Amino acid sequence: MVENVKALLRAHAGLEREVYLDIENSSIVPEEVVEAMLPYYDQHAYGNPTLTHKPGWEAFETIMESTQKISNFLGCRTLEEINLTPGETEANNLALIGTAFAMKDKGKKIVISEIEPISVLHVTDMLRKYGFATTKIPVDSEGIINLEKLRNAIDKETILVSVSAVNHEIGTIQPIHEALKIVKDKNPQTIFHTDASDSYAKIPLNVQELKIDLATISSYKILGPRGIGALYVREGVNVERILEGQIGTQKLWPGVENTPLIVGFAKASELAFQRFEENVDCMRRLRDELISGIIGKVSEAKLNGPKGEKRAPDNVNMSFLRCEGEALTIELSLKGVYVSSGSACTRRILQPSHVLVAIGRNYDEAHGSILMKVTRYHKDEDVKYVLEAIPKAVERIRGITGSTGVD
Amino acid sequence: MTISRMPLPYNPKVLELFRNPKNLGKMEDATVTAVAGNPLCGDMITFYLKINEQDIVEKATFESYGCAANIATSSIVTEMIKGMSLEDAWNISWKSVAEAVGGLPSIKFHCGILAVGALKRAIRKYHKNKNASPEWLKEELSFEEKQALEEEELAKMLARRMEKAGEQ
Repeated sequence: MVENVKALLRAHAGLEREVYLDIENSSIVPEEVVEAMLPYYDQHAYGNPTLTHKPGWEAFETIMESTQKISNFLGCRTLEEINLTPGETEANNLALIGTAFAMKDKGKKIVISEIEPISVLHVTDMLRKYGFATTKIPVDSEGIINLEKLRNAIDKETILVSVSAVNHEIGTIQPIHEALKIVKDKNPQTIFHTDASDSYAKIPLNVQELKIDLATISSYKILGPRGIGALYVREGVNVERILEGQIGTQKLWPGVENTPLIVGFAKASELAFQRFEENVDCMRRLRDELISGIIGKVSEAKLNGPKGEKRAPDNVNMSFLRCEGEALTIELSLKGVYVSSGSACTRRILQPSHVLVAIGRNYDEAHGSILMKVTRYHKDEDVKYVLEAIPKAVERIRGITGSTGVD
Repeated sequence: MTISRMPLPYNPKVLELFRNPKNLGKMEDATVTAVAGNPLCGDMITFYLKINEQDIVEKATFESYGCAANIATSSIVTEMIKGMSLEDAWNISWKSVAEAVGGLPSIKFHCGILAVGALKRAIRKYHKNKNASPEWLKEELSFEEKQALEEEELAKMLARRMEKAGEQ
């Protein structure tokens, strides 16, 4: 197996340029973030923050100061509202399962949107086995949640609502203020969670102003290291632990804190928020150049998700008819352009992305979709290079498709 | 519905056929054409066969809507059957196709099966058009034809579910 992968890698030799756009699935960690992290492995604060020695106290100091930064950027009232976890998946599991455990005597109903990420969707599937029922609220063709159906779904037994402020796949910015108001008007006891992994450092989001109960954020989505994320839990909201073990500085997540990753998360946050407007403008410009460039150069190309202000500044998701997604990702990789496809091959048939299905895309459109996210580190030359690679790649794959599947 | 993203360590032969597929394209003067899969599966193959009077495959070409494994297995089938008698072509199994491309990741076995399913459909169709029924051509569908049919039915079911979800 590894031999095959080595051969695949050799096939990429001599690339003129490489452009990494698969921020959805993992990110490049910029040098300045890595540099900030390095001293914490062997120079400073390598101790366990709960122990009574200098390296331990250093770790405690470092973790608190890093958490303070993150809590300021998110708009928390206190730094205790930030609960560090090993990532977005874990924070979403903690939010949903931890709330379900804490509220199980008050009700068994959970409400989510149809386009939540897998780490929300699959947790609700799992909770069904333990007697919790989930209602999925549909979205329109732009991915915006149906607020009327949300209102109707909330009753006295609804313990939890989870709606991402920005959709991870098609970049839809949800009317989260309105959704929150609707939910709280109908049942003030209902806990409102948002996966804000694609909102943090991308759109203005202040948890205190928003008066939200729980929010997930993730380090790698803002170009920090993988393996660290956080769940914001508003003071007074009760979430139970879902893992047991030695509790340290994080009351909702046992185990030894990973100080360098926490430092990296804080540093990545700092870099993203330092020039927030400038960074967002840069991403938005690159995003729009990619979208209009692709539509201008490739026939039968469609944008998935909304345009302009309703769309996250970094998200580009396009469908190409008569062009299978996996083949396209490989073809683009051989040209040094790294993207992901919306469909995943499971056993016999290709499963289209549940998000694309929910916004009404048909199978052909869903199978031929690719997802890209731009960052402030991308250059105009990168966009230019991608806009040359994509039309060629689509044309070659369509050449293999030929008349197959055309009625 | 569990969506797994398996790593796909395609071998060099699959990659080579993906980059430079052999016998690609529609054949205008094909004796017989057959299709397996459909765009719903994200996996579809069309074979075009030119068969001479001695029932020998003179030429085969393909078109494919699918992943790299789908393209590679279709391409290799067209190479394997060139110059073969229809009886010999009928006896090709999906395992020998998978072997010929240097092996497939298990999640992609169905691509090899679909390619052979399309080939067997073409051979069956040719004999039906000729009103011929050689002894080796069994009435009962072969394993690969059955599998292709099953995959198509599965995809249709999924499409109906998608449509229903869209109406709600």
